[in-house]
Amino acid sequence: MLLLTTNRYLPTTMLPPKTLRYVAPDATGHFGPYGGSFIPEILVPTFEALRSAWNEAKNDSAFWNEWRSVLNEYVGRPTPLTFAERLSEQTGLKVYLKREDLCHTGAHKVNNTVGQVLLARRMGRTRIIAETGAGQHGVATATVCAKYGLPCVVYMGEEDMRRQELNVLRMRLLGAEVVPATSGSKTLKDATNEAFRDWVAHPDDTFYVIGSVVGPHPYPEMVRDFQRIIGDEVRQQLAEREGRETPDAAFACVGGGSNAMGLFYPFVDNWGTLLFGAEAAGEGLGGRHAATLTLGTPGVLHGSMSYLLQDAAGQVQEAHSISAGLDYPGVGPEHAYLRDLGRVRYEAVTDDEALAAVQTLSRLEGIIPALESAHAVALLLRTAPSLDAGSVVVLNVSGRGDKDMHTLSERWGNG
Amino acid sequence: MPDLRRHLLDLRTQGRTAMGLFLTSGFPDPASTGPILDALVAGGADVVELGMPFSDPLAEGLPIQRASARALAHGVAMDDAFETARAFTAHHPHIPLVLMGYYNPVLQYGLDRFCADAQAAGVAGLILPDLPPEESGALEAAAAAHGLDVTFLVAPNTPDERMQTVAERSTGFVYAVSSPGLTGQTLSAHDAIGAYLDRAKALVGDVPLLVGFGIRTAHDAARLSAHTDGFIVGTALIETVERLWDDPLLSDAERRAEVEAFVRGLRS
Repeated sequence: MLLLTTNRYLPTTMLPPKTLRYVAPDATGHFGPYGGSFIPEILVPTFEALRSAWNEAKNDSAFWNEWRSVLNEYVGRPTPLTFAERLSEQTGLKVYLKREDLCHTGAHKVNNTVGQVLLARRMGRTRIIAETGAGQHGVATATVCAKYGLPCVVYMGEEDMRRQELNVLRMRLLGAEVVPATSGSKTLKDATNEAFRDWVAHPDDTFYVIGSVVGPHPYPEMVRDFQRIIGDEVRQQLAEREGRETPDAAFACVGGGSNAMGLFYPFVDNWGTLLFGAEAAGEGLGGRHAATLTLGTPGVLHGSMSYLLQDAAGQVQEAHSISAGLDYPGVGPEHAYLRDLGRVRYEAVTDDEALAAVQTLSRLEGIIPALESAHAVALLLRTAPSLDAGSVVVLNVSGRGDKDMHTLSERWGNG
Repeated sequence: MPDLRRHLLDLRTQGRTAMGLFLTSGFPDPASTGPILDALVAGGADVVELGMPFSDPLAEGLPIQRASARALAHGVAMDDAFETARAFTAHHPHIPLVLMGYYNPVLQYGLDRFCADAQAAGVAGLILPDLPPEESGALEAAAAAHGLDVTFLVAPNTPDERMQTVAERSTGFVYAVSSPGLTGQTLSAHDAIGAYLDRAKALVGDVPLLVGFGIRTAHDAARLSAHTDGFIVGTALIETVERLWDDPLLSDAERRAEVEAFVRGLRS
């Protein structure tokens, strides 16, 4: 049953029959024309070992049991589904917040790092590397490495190290080495380049814990499967609260897109649930932005084919967002595929809208969201008038805003 | 254009170790690339690799990253690489020129258009290190249609069976990466490198095998190419060019003479 007053968000073409189950990626890691594995030869055996270990692990209930028990006892799952009373009143919707901000380390990232570090241990790898943008994935990786006594090197753009100084301190406190990426825009893209370069030089003993649904096969699938716990829990929690497993709409922010894939994936086959992804419009779509799915074109970066911010010559352009976690010129290949299928509606949200949304959620609900998550809040506020009154809506609060206080005080002053 | 495979096999027959040199298009500046390529030939280069600059060169060490960024800062585009190639191949019809770079700029240019324009510029072959055989079907078809050879890479950790596959798919030569790491890395003194190259040589059969990554001196070149048909030098040349062209006291003629001497010195 659809509760929409208009069908402007429902694509009229490209709808596959609703009985057709969504299955992606294929055996070689392609989501339609996207994904794949564009890697230097030196990494080919490394990726073959990774794929085979992942294929074994994902069919091994012992692996999932261990992962689940770490998430329960250490991360604090399941995270609550909080009914947002005042936000619901303001929007005329029934808004539930999925509280990934309450995960240990402060964001959803840790769901994935626990999974990948367990896989690294299973493969006998003795050194962990990671890239990080906002620092949340770096902190989550450093945390799990500390727990298991593994040496950890985190690559982080020099500009991001400045913006997210507190997360740099946290990583160092956790025993990780934080290495600045000083090339290009000195942000997430460049940190990812450096992490790949490290792996090219250490293909045998090192495991690269990628933080989003990006990169060569099997990362987009693997990270999604570690994050889908978000959506799976929502199904269960909604059933208890609303007597139905599926919401009318779900909202999440999209940088690389891991929290969004985690929330959306369990609902992809249910076309009654409208899916909304908020990407970063930065200063506006006419200026500097990170709106990859809105303004990008297909291309290859960091080992897979997806939408990409690039110039006509195929040089990757620098992205911009006030939120370091969305400041990335690429996006996960599965999002590219879902965009083309018309299954997810992606819209861009400016820095200013996100800043206003931080205030809105803080003041209405007493929850300070990460700047990343605030993009989803802003998109919900924008979309609410076109949803039927009383629609059940789930919004993923992918992380908490503590890390952004430095950015906010720069922007607003201390007054 | 010269046939890359035949050219390398001829050198093998003559008992001459093939020497390849890599230079980024538009580096150190667009006007200097062509004259430096001429100096490479004067110094004895048998194959020239012209790099197509890219914003995110994943497999490169710092010197080639810097060269790529410097070329892009000069506004160098694919058409400039073709123009440089055209001038070079007109001037040196017997020296194969190979374009080397990352996949995305080629993809955006259009695979067929790229191969057609490369052919028209006299280019002999292509090397795209982030395009493994699994993803390269469309490029191989376009290259074949325009008479361009494609080269794939092997590395020390490449299994035997895959080395054979790479050799079958390579229509130019097979590029052996000397050891795990980026371009310009320090070469291991270890004997394992010789054993790996011997294994590769046996597995690629008749296909020419050239080794690269980290070769800086005549000693390195002699040691590694004893196991192969030849060697490729990139980073050491880039660093030499960078040093010479950033020295304001040198004339362009002096710089080119030093490049020529550097190249000649790789084969002493």
